[in-house]
Parts: sequence; C-alpha cells; structure tokens
Amino acid sequence: MTRFMALFARSQLAFIGLIILSLILILAILTPWLPLNDPNVIDTSNRFKRPFSEDSILGTDHLGRDLLSRLLWGTRLSIAVGLCAAIIAAFIGSAIGVIAGFYGGHTDNIIMRGVDMLMAFPYILLALAIVAALGPGLMNALIAVAIVNIPFFARNIRGVTLGIVHREFVDAARLSGMSNAKIIINEILPNVFPVIVVAMSTTVGWMILETAGLSFLGLGSQPPQADLGSMLGEARAAIITSPYTSVVPGVMILIIVMAINLVGDGIRDVLDPRLKSGALSTPRSTTEVAKNKSDAGLKTQTLLSINGLKTEFRIGNRILKAVNDVSLTVDKGQCVGIIGESGSGKSVTALSIMRLVSSPPGIITDGSIDFKGDDLLKLSSEDLRDFRGKKVSYVFQDPLSTLHPLYTVGQQLSEAIQSHNHVGKLEKHKKALELLQAVRISNPEKRLNSYPHELSGGMRQRIGIAMALANDPDIIIADEPTTALDVTVQAQILKLFQDLRREKGLALVFITHDFGVISQICDKVAVMYAGKVVETGPAAEILKSPAHPYTARLKSCVPELGQGKRNLIAIPGFPPMIDNMPSGCAFASRCGKAEQNCQSAMVDIKKIGQERAVRCLFPEEIKAG
Amino acid sequence: MNVSFQFDKLSKKFPARKGALSLSKFEVSAVKTVSLKIKQGETFGLVGESGCGKSTLAKMLVGLMKPTSGKIEIDGEIFDKPEPKIFGKKIQYVFQDPISSLNPRKTIRQIMEAPLKNLHGMKRPDRDSRIKELFEAVNLRLDFLDRHPHEFSGGQAQRIGIARALAAEPKILVLDEPVSALDVSIQAQVLNLLEELKEKFGLTYFFISHDLSVVEAVSDRVAVMYFGSIVEVGTAEEIFSKPKHPYTKLLADSAPIIGKPLTLNENSGYELPDIMNPPKGCAFRDRCNFSKKLCSQKTPIFKKVKNGSAVSCHYPIN
Repeated sequence: MTRFMALFARSQLAFIGLIILSLILILAILTPWLPLNDPNVIDTSNRFKRPFSEDSILGTDHLGRDLLSRLLWGTRLSIAVGLCAAIIAAFIGSAIGVIAGFYGGHTDNIIMRGVDMLMAFPYILLALAIVAALGPGLMNALIAVAIVNIPFFARNIRGVTLGIVHREFVDAARLSGMSNAKIIINEILPNVFPVIVVAMSTTVGWMILETAGLSFLGLGSQPPQADLGSMLGEARAAIITSPYTSVVPGVMILIIVMAINLVGDGIRDVLDPRLKSGALSTPRSTTEVAKNKSDAGLKTQTLLSINGLKTEFRIGNRILKAVNDVSLTVDKGQCVGIIGESGSGKSVTALSIMRLVSSPPGIITDGSIDFKGDDLLKLSSEDLRDFRGKKVSYVFQDPLSTLHPLYTVGQQLSEAIQSHNHVGKLEKHKKALELLQAVRISNPEKRLNSYPHELSGGMRQRIGIAMALANDPDIIIADEPTTALDVTVQAQILKLFQDLRREKGLALVFITHDFGVISQICDKVAVMYAGKVVETGPAAEILKSPAHPYTARLKSCVPELGQGKRNLIAIPGFPPMIDNMPSGCAFASRCGKAEQNCQSAMVDIKKIGQERAVRCLFPEEIKAG
Repeated sequence: MNVSFQFDKLSKKFPARKGALSLSKFEVSAVKTVSLKIKQGETFGLVGESGCGKSTLAKMLVGLMKPTSGKIEIDGEIFDKPEPKIFGKKIQYVFQDPISSLNPRKTIRQIMEAPLKNLHGMKRPDRDSRIKELFEAVNLRLDFLDRHPHEFSGGQAQRIGIARALAAEPKILVLDEPVSALDVSIQAQVLNLLEELKEKFGLTYFFISHDLSVVEAVSDRVAVMYFGSIVEVGTAEEIFSKPKHPYTKLLADSAPIIGKPLTLNENSGYELPDIMNPPKGCAFRDRCNFSKKLCSQKTPIFKKVKNGSAVSCHYPIN
C-alpha cells in the first residue's frame, strides 16, 4: 500500500486530483452536520439573491433556496449515485465478463452477443428508454446508467480473463483438484481485480456526468431534491438574467469529473502492468555514456575492440552492474562466441557495442569500444546511426518480435536498404531479392509479399539475417539467434551463418549458452560470468581443456548426446545477484577449488599461453595438444 | 513387465476452417493414434520438434484435454473422463515455464495447499507437516512459503512446481519440458533432483523435451514423435547412437555436439508438412534421404524390431 501511494504520488497531476477529490468527498460526507440552511425551504421573497450576499454565500435560486446548501447536498447525491452506478455496473459487468471469458465457446458466444445487442443502441438513447420504461426518479436513473455501462465492463473484463484462462497456473489449479467456481474466485479474480479497479476509476466520472444528464432532462432526481444535474436544469431558464445559478453547479461538475479522471489516470498508471514495465518512460535512442568516463580509447586498427567496458543499470537506489570490465577483440572475418548464463551480461555487452541499451536506466560508465580506430562511445547519435546497420548489425533471438507484423517481408527489407542507401524502387526490389537468395529462401519472389506470421520460425530468422545483411555490414552481432528454433532448423541457420562468413568475409559475434554451438561455428570464445569475462581464447582449445573452473563445470553439467542415461555433475548454488556482487571472485562460493584469497580481493584476468587468458587464481591444468 | 500406465490409440483432432469466411469445416489431427506402455518406475522420454503434438499428448494424459478417441489406463484403472480432479491423484504435471505456472497473486503456501485441500481433504496440521516434508524433499527453505512467485528464480520456482505436483501424491509425473526454461547450470540441479525424488517416492516419469541430450541423459526408453505420430521407440543408449528411423537420425545429426563439425542433410531444408493439408503416406518422406515410391503411397505402420525398439518406417536404417 505504501508502495502504491509512493508510485501514485510520482504523478503530480494525479496527486492534485486526489487532494481536490478528497476535499470534495469530505465536504460531501460532512454536509448533514454543516451549519447550512435547509436546501429545500422555499423563500420566494428572496429569489435570485446574488452571490456573497447576506446569509447566502452563493446566492439563491429561482425559488429563493440557498444555493450553497443545495450545491453541497446535490454534490453528495450526485457522487453517491455515480459511485453506486459504477459499483453495480462493475460488479455485474465483471461477473458477465469473467464467466464469458472463463467458459468460452457457446457460453461466451451467447453472453457476448447479448452484450453486443446492448451496445448496438445509442448510448444515451438506451438510458432514456430505460428511464422511460421504469418511470422518472433518481433510483431508476441510477439503474439506467448502470445498465448502459455494463457492456463496457463485460467486454473489458472478458478480454483480460481470456488472457488469464490460458495461463499455466489455471491448468495447475485444475490439476490441484479445484472446481471451476473455485478457480474463478481464487485464481482468476485476484488477477482481474486491478483491471476492474482501473476501469471503475476511469468511468466513475463519466457515470456522474450521465446521471447529471438524466437529472438535467428531469428524468433523474425529482423536485425538491437537489442533485447537480437537476440544479442545472432548473437554472436553465434564468441563464441570461442570473447566470451564477447555472455556473455554480456547472463548475462543481467540472471539478468533480476532472479530479476523478486525474485520480483514475493515476491509478491506471500505477496498476497497469504494461505501464509499470516502463512504457511511460521514453528511453533515448542511444545509451548514455557517463561524462566522467576515463579516456581509454586504444586507437587500434582492429575491426572491433572492446576495452574495459562497464555498463550499469541505475534503478532507484540500486546499481546493477550488468557488464563489469569486459574486454574483447574481433578481427576481420572472425567468429567470436560469447557464452554465459542469463544475467551474465552477455546480451548487455552486445547491445552496448552499438549503444542500444535503453537509457535510462542503462549507462555506460567506463571503457572504450573502438571500431577501426573510431571510439563509438564518443560519437553523437547522428554519427552512430550511420554505423548501425551499415557497419555493425544485429540479429535477435525471436524474429517474430523484431519483424513488424503489419508490413510484408519485402517492405521491411526495402526499408532496411533505404536507411543507408537512397536507391530507386527497382534497385531496392533487386537488392531485396538478392538478400533472400543469400539467406537461401526458396521462391524469393513470392516470399517478398509474405507477412511475418505466414512464415515458420526458421524462415523468419532467415529474414532477420537478410535484414542484418541489407547494408553489407562488417560485423553481425547475433544474440542467441537459434535458441528459439528446433534442432534441425538450428543446424540450417548455423550453416547459413558459416556460409555467409565465408562468402562475404563477415565477422560474427555469436551469443549463446550452448557449448555445442560454439564448437561448431566459433573461432574464439569468451566465457562470461556475473558481468565479467572469466576466460577467453581459441574455441577449440577452451572446449578441449577449459582453464576456469566455471567453464569446466558448466561444460560438464550439460549432457552430451550419445552417452545414454547417466548422472549429471551439477554446479551447486546460484549465480550472485548483480546488485550485490561479492568482493572477490564471483564464482568462489560455488567453486570446489576456492581458497580464502579467492574471496578477499578482485581476481585479474591474466594470460596463459599464447592466446588464452583466464580470471582465476587456481586455474585447471591445461592439457597439451 | 509391470505396466504403470498405458494409452491405446489415443488421438486428438481439432475442428478448423480453411478461411475466416469459409463454411466448410474439417478436422486437423494434432495427435494420431498413439499407443504406448510405460513401465513402473521407468523414465520414459518423448522428443519431438515444436508442433509435433507432444504437448497435446501430455495434456490428454493428465485429463486437461479430452481425447478424440482412445483410452488411458493407469494402474489397471481406465480413465475415460477428462476430469483433472480424478486424474490428479494418480498423475500430475510439471510445467515448462515455472514462473507462469504459479499464480502471481498467491503465496507459495496457498499454492502448495490447493492440492492437499482439494484432492485429499487434509486438515491444517496435516497439511503443514506434509508441506514441510515436501519442501525438504525438493531442498527449499520453509520461509519461502509466505513469499510470492515473482520473488523466486526459475530454478527455485521449478522446485516449487515439482513440490506442488508431488503434493497430490501421484504415481506418475508428466514433465513437460521441465528444464528448458532454466539456465544450464540450474538444469543439471533440477534433473538430479528429479532422479532423487523418483527413487524416494517410487515415481514413474513421462519426460517430454525438445532437447535430445537431456532426454537421453534421464530416460530409460525414448520415443520420437513427428507430425502427431510416434516414429520410433528405443532404449536411451541406442536410440540416438543407432537410430533406425531417418527422422531420428536427422535429429541426432542436427544436435550440436562439441568437437563434431556441422553437418547438414541436403533434404532437411523442408519444414514440417502443412497440417491443414497432411501428405499421403509417410509424413517425413519429403525430408527423407531414403524415401522410395512406397513411402508416398502407404503410411508405414509401427512395428517391432529387435530388443524392445519399434519403428514406423518402410525402410528403417540397418
């Protein structure tokens, strides 16, 4: 709850809305005890008294009734009716929505077609028709407003329920022997509830307006009872001569509805999971680089050289050191593998190269990234854009989420080509065809007009690779490009990468968690653990005889095909949390060889042999050959 | 042979339409007449690529989905109603994604109590001692019980998922890709834990995965599924080292193995057949190097070859 309030208070407008709304609510609640005149006492001798006159601060109306008193009583009534209508509509609508969404099939069809019929009537007309049928009166107006709003809740909640019903925990609940009713109450409702609250908070204001509208037409509250709508309605005749009689309730309606909507938006921002995950913050197009970063550029002519890179995420008071001193070089035509588990910093390293880590919260605090002698960390966004795609391009794990669902493959390829080369339509088409042929897509003419959802996973990944090739980059950074694919398709994609390297002299940075994949396509490998490179060197040598205990144990806990049933040698414990790194070697607590000095001070990476380096005080023995 | 459970000619068809406006309805076969016998205390592995029907099969086995035809027999008892409440006491399910199989709004205690309350009608003190026992078995601390699922790592959440499945006191666990969402160093921990639990509680496992090496490492026998049918069954030692069905061979050849160069079968570029338009004869023939005329005419039947393995191919390898 305190967290909720803290999040809520972040939005100033919502907070102001909350203050205004609370004031109004307190006034409305206290109205019966306030020293007010009787709102319904008629005193025709004192009609249309101006505001701020003696014993009536806001003046009197056409029957000489005290406007302040009527305003407060009316506000009380309007809010109460609006809230009741909202609660009733939310209750019935949500019940309908949950049931339709949960049972699906015919039940869903019948219920939702009924709701559709309700929605087919013009909104206010339906409310009028209901009141006409039931007879005028505040209670009936309330019922009408509630009924009119039921479809909104029903549709909204049904949609949310549909998303939840197919989640695995619902199946798990069924297997736990829970009945449907129990599942709806215990499993579905708690997950739907925030959405109901959000929907309610954004509609209460609307319902107050609707009730006021009905009262204005004389169908809601009946004289002499005051609510904001009927006050407006009665003041209508005198709008020219005594405008304040309509302005006073009008302003009150405005304030209430504004305040409620501001609060509603605030609640939505806090509760909506999509907004919570940062959809409201707009990250910059390039990762921020800390200003006080040391000037460490090496100015080497290596194709790509990363030196002492540190990338952090700053979330609130926490600093997550995702990449903590990573150095790596990639030569022309070389394939460098980065292997590590989730949270080891391998993806953040890759994204840092083209400064694609979203910022905030990401920030590069130290190190340099040299591409043929240019330090990428010093480039402006415009200059960097020229590098992206043209010199260095990316292939991601899930092509379905990186391809735009509404454009054809051809359109997306053309766009990629267009971004760096301004060429004619014909030429673009030709180039797109070439790209599809390069990634071995059969029937490329036809595929240019396909949408991403029409393609299989393997085909989509080929398109992703074709887009990465569009501007003849020097390096492709592939972040787990085959993890989501089946083994047979994975083999095809790996083969494709290998062929492309040979044909185009491409360098490849290949991120994976699979030693088998590393062994099949990489020349060099860097093993990452807890944000640091713990071991690097030629892939074949490291796989044959790992020097770091982590590499050795990670390799042996992955079963290899062809050995039948056996026990696996697991690594005990868990990787450290990246906001709470140990001072010494991060693997020490899980390592069988760790001694006291492993934990006391940071372990530096040091060379062993010609091309290998390891960050360990007690490395494994290297087998020759 | 002490059979723990078996299913006979199990199949699942889903209604489908050719297009949004098309009126002609037809059926799509997700699982086609699959029969298997699983021995008491055995770990039976099932491999197949995405879309081959292995998850549909698993859902039918635990009563979450009604088979179109066929019967399921557990401990000599026939289960013909898709009622998870009845199935639940005999056979339980461990999900692939450990986090999403736990309701984010409940505490671990509430999640653990559900099967004890609903399937066994246990009272509070009994439940507490049973949960304690289960948590010790899966190496989890008891103070986790009052936390919510999002506070756990994948490996911990999967242990909770396993503990929940065991709470129902089943004889059989269907493990649907139980480690594929986990990091490699955690995978081995969970696989070893599963092995321990099997001994301790006398369980039988039906282990589903797309990862050949994981299946091979934990299973006694393995079945390979392709396009809704089982194409080969054999022992874990032999199935990938001496594959008899060309598809099994393709899988084994495609798996990346340290030190083995990348090899690619020329025909393997073909993808799965169109499920709306299933091919006649053998479903694998377009990707097969050994296919002959007969393969496009007649669907091969599943037949036994030596030492307990069986294959559905007109021209098995060797």
